[in-house]
Amino acid sequence: MFAYIVRRVLATIPVMAVVALFVFSLLYIAPGDPAAVIAGDQATPEDVERIRASLGLDRPYLVRFGAWVFDILRGDLGVSIFTNLPVSLMIKQRLEPTLSLMVVTLILAVSIAVPMGVIAAARVGTFVDKFVMGFAVLGFSVPVFVVGYLLAYVFALELEWLPVQGYTAFSQGFVPWIENLILPAIALGSVYIALIARITRASMLEVLQQDYIRTARAKGAGLRSILFLHALKNAAVPIVTVIGIGIALLIGGAVVTESVFAIPGLGRLTVDAILRRDYPVIQGVVLLFSFTYVLVNLFIDILYTLFDPRIRY
Amino acid sequence: MRSPILQRRRLLAAAALTLASPALGQGTAAASRVLKFIPQSDLAVLDPIVTTANATRHHGFAVWDTLYGFNQDYRPEPQMAEGHDVANDGRRITIRLREGLKFHDGEPVRAADCVASIRRWAARDPLGQVLLARTEEIAAPDDRTILLRLSRPFPQVFTALAKPSAPVCFIMPERLAATDPARPVAELIGSGPFRFVERVPGSRVVYERFADYVPRPEGIPTWTAGPKRVHFDRVEWHVMPDAATAAAALQAGEADWWENPLGDLQPSLRRNRSIVMEVPDPIGFIGMVRFNALHPPFDRPAIRRILLGAVDQDAFMSAVVGADRSLWRDEIGTFPPGTPLANDAGMDVLTSARDPDRVKRELSEAGYAGEKVVLLAANDFPTLSALANVGAETLRRVGMDVEVVSGEWAALMQRRARRDAPDRGGWSMFFTFWTGLDMMNPGVNQALRGTGDRAWFGWPTMPRMEELRDQWFDAPNLEAEQRLAREIQAEALREAPYLPLGQYFQATAYRRGLSGMLKGLPVFWNIQRG
Repeated sequence: MFAYIVRRVLATIPVMAVVALFVFSLLYIAPGDPAAVIAGDQATPEDVERIRASLGLDRPYLVRFGAWVFDILRGDLGVSIFTNLPVSLMIKQRLEPTLSLMVVTLILAVSIAVPMGVIAAARVGTFVDKFVMGFAVLGFSVPVFVVGYLLAYVFALELEWLPVQGYTAFSQGFVPWIENLILPAIALGSVYIALIARITRASMLEVLQQDYIRTARAKGAGLRSILFLHALKNAAVPIVTVIGIGIALLIGGAVVTESVFAIPGLGRLTVDAILRRDYPVIQGVVLLFSFTYVLVNLFIDILYTLFDPRIRY
Repeated sequence: MRSPILQRRRLLAAAALTLASPALGQGTAAASRVLKFIPQSDLAVLDPIVTTANATRHHGFAVWDTLYGFNQDYRPEPQMAEGHDVANDGRRITIRLREGLKFHDGEPVRAADCVASIRRWAARDPLGQVLLARTEEIAAPDDRTILLRLSRPFPQVFTALAKPSAPVCFIMPERLAATDPARPVAELIGSGPFRFVERVPGSRVVYERFADYVPRPEGIPTWTAGPKRVHFDRVEWHVMPDAATAAAALQAGEADWWENPLGDLQPSLRRNRSIVMEVPDPIGFIGMVRFNALHPPFDRPAIRRILLGAVDQDAFMSAVVGADRSLWRDEIGTFPPGTPLANDAGMDVLTSARDPDRVKRELSEAGYAGEKVVLLAANDFPTLSALANVGAETLRRVGMDVEVVSGEWAALMQRRARRDAPDRGGWSMFFTFWTGLDMMNPGVNQALRGTGDRAWFGWPTMPRMEELRDQWFDAPNLEAEQRLAREIQAEALREAPYLPLGQYFQATAYRRGLSGMLKGLPVFWNIQRG
């Protein structure tokens, strides 16, 4: 197992190299000029040229790529063209809100979706099953921002139970922290809940038809025990896979959710950087997301062995 | 004996109170000394000399001070300056600094700081460049005296030092003002009414009242002139890119002031009794379409001029702001109405009845032979997108062959720098809005420059316009300026380097209970709660 993990970690190096080359090249050929954005609308062409030169944006592709790669190898993600702050610091400032949002969403989604899927499978064809599947279809169909606005309108503006927007750091207290995250997590989690609930139901339906379940029933095991102890563990592999794949969904959804709820996270950092053509920030964030995704996949692969001892690496 | 359930409830309540305690403090008197402001955009660049972005200029007025302020009559008025003396037929200007001015690091403001700051600003600013060109010597004979020795009189010198259009002549410590104007300064040390505390890009900016700031003892606070008295201990900018979220935050009382509510959301904000909406800037924004004067068909001034007859400013502004006429104005010429140089010279070309058929005929007679017009349309700003849509329709109505190239503003800014022919990756026209401040005189209005290759994007060559501009710099008084402004407007409508498309006013929204908000720019002095 250890050798496998080492092999997989080492395999991330070429993956990251390809991502780096791809991102840098894509940004190089993409239209947009950060120097013109910095200088502003009224700036003359001469002003824009002067700023471009001072940022080193007039250097050839290979020179710029080489310098960037050299910095990356030294662990330096560079400096933002606009804010003049190190990219690593900007990522650090934005990491906590995004991590908090994702963790709360993940906990919320798994704790709601898995029981929903299990119950729907156990009551297949009944009103409960149809309700769960209807909810799942709704979760898939309604865009995150619509759910976000509706939640903010009802629970923040009308009922005044929760804040409309913003983020409070965990260090400032659990209650203000969670208050700011409840609505965004529900909004972001709606698609995720729908996805996990559907997969859980499908996987459970397959497992519940197996002989060992019939045997357990024949031996007099209770429904709860059959569902959650016998069936769910054997249905877990596809569920865990979907949870892992869903991390990408969460990263994408976080961009919208962070905008709707004004959460200063990595999603908004990425969007702002793209709109301004802040190349070092875009490159740094994309590398971070790619690395995270690779690690999540590795973690999911390892989890398989816990749920299914037959799986060996 | 007490019930164990009750005890457990008490314990849970106590735990919840402990956890919530930091949040509870937010409703105290201290919180009422904090002003929460939602700016129009994120504060991306902190140095107000490097960029002309409006958000950076507003941040600049919090952190830095200016030698001269700009008053409600759009005229300069001493601010950091105690006063000045003009001698030798305007060739020798001595400015005396007020006593007791300090930078945020505790150092006194010296004339040497002002000299270095003027030099850095002047390298970027069009009025400053004229000033530098006429300057034989700029020196600091002592810590409170700035001496300008000019080769030719420059009557606009105080206007230049006071003008609030970007870049503004903010005074920085000499060691920072020595920075290349194309590179941002390393520290944010000013002598303005607020000390910069922190910025989390894309999230918030925080300022604290500068306790050692010395407001002018006399005068009335208007625009950026007069005493800058601060009534809040702390000002926080909360960046909210989503307009609906900003509106909800203002309605819920999580923010005090939203700089620029979107038109769609204004009706619901107006209905809310806790919110006040008003138009703070009477000069507003002027829309324009800029031509590429290097390539057909707009290399011919006649073609550009004929299109003035097709411009329906009413249609452009309705598309941008909507039907509420209190928020926009048509019949706009070269200078914003209400400002000292606004006039009606040559305006009949814009105010007479619109006749697309006549324009079509005139275009043909002027030699328009169906050349393709590549129109750059920004799709990420609703106002610019509206201008481009109406513009494309207007051109098609008069028989022009239009190709709309739609894209993000950042991408279009790159394309507009290209001087190639429109069919080789260049362009024919683009739309933009400038603040009225950026167009209120020939010195700041870059779109009026006619220096060919060195002019603003579009690169028109207009020697007569340059002559008139030079004469305006020498105008000895307002009357002479106004006389020249009429000629400049007539010339601008004759050469048509751009077409004015109307003026709109941006409303601002704030919680009822705030008072003392000044007209003009969003500044944080004079304003108070209650």
